[in-house]
Amino acid sequence: MAEFLSLHEAIARHVHDGDIVALEGFTHLIPFAAGHEIIRQKRQNLTLIRMTPDLLYDQMIGMGCASKLIFSWGGNPGVGSLHRLRDAVEKHYPAKLEILEHSHAAMACAWEAGAAGLPLAVLRGYLGSDLPRVNQDIRHIDCPFTGERLAAIPANRPDVTVVHAQKADRAGNVLIEGIIGVQKEAVLAARRSVVTVEEVVDSLEATPNACVLPAWAISAIAVAPGGAAPSYTHGYYARRNDVYKQWDAIARDRDTFRQWMEDNVMTVEEGVSA
Amino acid sequence: MSDGSPGHDNTTAHDYTATEMMTVTASRALTNGTTCFVGIGLPSEAANLARLTHAPDTVLIYESGTLQTRPDVLPLSIGDGELCDTALSTVSVPEMFRYWLQGGRVDVGFLGTAQIDRYANLNTTLIGDYREPKVRLPGGGGAPEIATNSREVFVMIKHSARAFVEEVDFITSLGFGRDGRARDDLHPETARHTGRGPTLVITDLCLMRPDPDTHELVVTSIHPGVTREQIIEATGWSVRFVNAPEATPEPSAHEVQVLRELKARTERHHAGHHEEASA
Repeated sequence: MAEFLSLHEAIARHVHDGDIVALEGFTHLIPFAAGHEIIRQKRQNLTLIRMTPDLLYDQMIGMGCASKLIFSWGGNPGVGSLHRLRDAVEKHYPAKLEILEHSHAAMACAWEAGAAGLPLAVLRGYLGSDLPRVNQDIRHIDCPFTGERLAAIPANRPDVTVVHAQKADRAGNVLIEGIIGVQKEAVLAARRSVVTVEEVVDSLEATPNACVLPAWAISAIAVAPGGAAPSYTHGYYARRNDVYKQWDAIARDRDTFRQWMEDNVMTVEEGVSA
Repeated sequence: MSDGSPGHDNTTAHDYTATEMMTVTASRALTNGTTCFVGIGLPSEAANLARLTHAPDTVLIYESGTLQTRPDVLPLSIGDGELCDTALSTVSVPEMFRYWLQGGRVDVGFLGTAQIDRYANLNTTLIGDYREPKVRLPGGGGAPEIATNSREVFVMIKHSARAFVEEVDFITSLGFGRDGRARDDLHPETARHTGRGPTLVITDLCLMRPDPDTHELVVTSIHPGVTREQIIEATGWSVRFVNAPEATPEPSAHEVQVLRELKARTERHHAGHHEEASA
């Protein structure tokens, strides 16, 4: 049952060193405030899962939180490379980062399989791609009905998933609107979950088919207004494309990056960071 | 070849760049009513230009889950709020890939790439060796399955010897395989659900199509003012031309105007630091 906690308490209680952690959100609703709190609490040796590692994972990797990354597209959308991710993969700085690389279709299926309590995801994927040669988790099975060879990958089952959403009601039910990505699947696939929200309201006013996470499927809720910035929250604030563009120069240099993190993440109060 | 509506300047544009030539030519490849799964960057620009000119009923799908979207400005990321605000419906990412793409609803997958080879294989993963890469690129994203589950694939990429290589370092997304035959011997069930692969490559110099027998990319049309030598020099294999390559038609003044307006709107939008909330 969802417990309302401060962001500090929610992360302290639910995200541990060595955990398999997913912070999801497909461009939209990226849980920056929660990720920054994980960095401030100096979590180490995390296996990070995320379809599209962007600025937030660049920051977490650059600050040494991760030892492994499972992903399907790692870049700064529309801008270029993630320099901290590349530095970790190419130069092992600040630490060696093992990568396990998928396609979006496979990752999306792996989330769905995790939510469904299945051990594996099956898809007509990776046809002719070299990805199965470099990722031992991409295997194949024969369909027992048609004999067709299909790709199979393990379900995503993180220790904890962290997502951001528009709002929770006072009972702890959560509404997600707009580009909903894999948020619902990622929360249901995880053993524990932390949801940050823009606000708490009396009623979600959800339409019958809305994407709602019931309170009893969530471990903790923390109120974090602006918690997805510089990504965006549909209905609340827009994506700070200027910040995404500026990030390229900040992350390119190790010292500039460190200083930026010191000024904008490490020394600020929870929930008010850039 | 623009929409021919009254009031549009359908005369040939006097003044356009090679990139504009590429974008307009790519937009013309999309016929009206096509369902197109759009990659970010150049394909997104061309697909929206098509929608704003000759193909108003083209259905654009982005991997973020936005179905039949009509953005007023080009998205910087694949999941910009603009795509959701102007979509018929927004579905989850698993639904997008499983039902709409794998389910066989996509006519054209429109992709960009970092590298392409003789057999139209696409590399967006890395340059060099996988464990010790010279350059690490973003990776596959949606492309590996867009390349095989769409009925056909258009590829848009600027021509250079670094991008057009004999053999890609890594096949992220299948063209026709390392021998050109990878789509020929599939299990019948797989073949039934697998598209024809890349049928058209649009560059800033020319159009290329796979040879019907070998699937090697050959030059079928040359853009105005471009020489064969330029294409040969910018291609990393000994590129072949069809017997009588066509001359790619020039863009119309209307198409160039609509493209420039779209890009100007986009630039103004993305420069704004305090945009209004997407609602």
